Amino acid sequence: MTDAEAFNANGQTAPEPAPAPAAPVRPAPVAHTPPAPEKMTVRNLDFYYGDHKALKSVCVPLYDRHVTAFIGPSGCGKSTLLRVLNRMYDLYPGQRAEGDVLLDGANVLDPRLDLNALRAKVGMVFQKPTPFPMSIYENIAFGVRLYEKLGKADMDERVEKALRGAAIWEEVKDKLGASGLSLSGGQQQRICIARTVAIQPEVILFDEPCSALDPISTAKVEELIDELRHNYTIAIVTHNMQQAVRVSQYTAFMYLGEMVEFGETNGIFTIPRERRTQDYITGRFG
Amino acid sequence: MSLAATRKLRSSIAMGACIASAGIGLLALAFILGALLWNGFSGLNLAVFTQNTPPPGSAGGLLNAIVGSLIMTVLGVAIGAPLGLFAGTYMAEYGKFSRITSVVRFINDILLSAPSIVIGLFVYEITVMQMGHFSGLAGALALALLVIPVVVRTTEDMLNLVPGGLREAATSLGLPRSLVIRHVAYKAARAGLITGLLLAVARVSGETAPLLFTALNNQFFSTNLNAPMSSLPVVIFQFALSPYKDWQNLAWAGALLITAAVLALSIAARVLGAQNTSK
Repeated sequence: MTDAEAFNANGQTAPEPAPAPAAPVRPAPVAHTPPAPEKMTVRNLDFYYGDHKALKSVCVPLYDRHVTAFIGPSGCGKSTLLRVLNRMYDLYPGQRAEGDVLLDGANVLDPRLDLNALRAKVGMVFQKPTPFPMSIYENIAFGVRLYEKLGKADMDERVEKALRGAAIWEEVKDKLGASGLSLSGGQQQRICIARTVAIQPEVILFDEPCSALDPISTAKVEELIDELRHNYTIAIVTHNMQQAVRVSQYTAFMYLGEMVEFGETNGIFTIPRERRTQDYITGRFG
Repeated sequence: MSLAATRKLRSSIAMGACIASAGIGLLALAFILGALLWNGFSGLNLAVFTQNTPPPGSAGGLLNAIVGSLIMTVLGVAIGAPLGLFAGTYMAEYGKFSRITSVVRFINDILLSAPSIVIGLFVYEITVMQMGHFSGLAGALALALLVIPVVVRTTEDMLNLVPGGLREAATSLGLPRSLVIRHVAYKAARAGLITGLLLAVARVSGETAPLLFTALNNQFFSTNLNAPMSSLPVVIFQFALSPYKDWQNLAWAGALLITAAVLALSIAARVLGAQNTSK
């Protein structure tokens, strides 16, 4: 039994029987060479909600066209970190970040930065599916129209491509005019992914994208993430260890606002370097 | 007596009191509506819609009052609704966390419950006194002041009901705030916003006191906004208190018209509101 499965036996509900995560035991990576350039780099990031310090000197890279999973108990700062990467926290007063967050070498935290341009590059998919109150077609076309003037035929093509890319085309192609709200939760979530993909970002942030979904929808979204990684740099926050194992190449374990351990997913889940990581993935706390 | 039996007894007493109260309320409403329908329909005829208000003792209708009411209500809503919509949008979207929003909300609540006669006197002071005469424009202004707080309140409430996640999702696509509000928040709150507007119209269409001080009345047909203008509530007020049978009948017919209009608006608001929740 791997650690991940042992964790499952400890009472966590897995959305589906996990495909055995690679070999049961593998040696820890000895020398680690980065597999790709760093698309995003977080260096010494502190984050405050008012007076409360939620992130403490966090450092982590997001490798180009790889999936990085963020795990850790609730309140450890995973989602907060994600919301710094596209400056979503800017919507709320009293929240501020200090340190460096680089996207292709440019500082994301620069106050003069055009936030809308940043968010066009760094897309986000949320925990709860959030289709807009408009038709399925419009849900996709709406965002695209903001950046490109496309004719009807080109737009149709773009919408179809996005929906195919999100593995939902077959299910909705006959009812593109129907309200996005008429779909099931899993379908809505894939519409949201399609919407994010349609504006052609470079990085996609997933904030617990499957926690509101049933096992079958979860499997579809996971497959989708695996597909998307060929074209996009992906960060995913998850409470589900098996999911982290299944979809990611790199895993970051966070605890109480600190980055405890970052490394290749296989390494983290088989031979973690830190005691706290070991305790968490074996279900001793969290 | 056992505990269960005591509870049962107390429950039936409370239940009985509730049913009795509801019955009394409904009975009163039934009497009012019954009298209104009975007298209103007997006074209702084609002349009501085609002739102007008559001098005592001769036949006539309510044409000038109906048209006056329509003009002032439409103008009042046209002035008040956009102001209310923008203010409510500021409070729910841009200034959600700012101090000024709580101040405005407090003042708006006072305005919402202010007696309409006070609003009438205020507008009298700033328009009628300055211009030296009563006018339809002053009436529309008074109604606009009544529309604003209702629309501010419903706009803020309805926009606050739009889940924050929807705004974040739209923001995460790179939409500037104005577009998030226009294309996502307004769309999600549309049914509620329209409902609020209809309720505002229903509220002002029966107002008498503010019009008495501003538009006064006009026994002739007039669409001149710079002159006194007739309106259904004021005509009802004047005719119902008169000793003339013809006038009293017209007052009943006018009351029926207003009630029917408000009822139609309320039903429309309900239907739209139901659509909102069923989605």
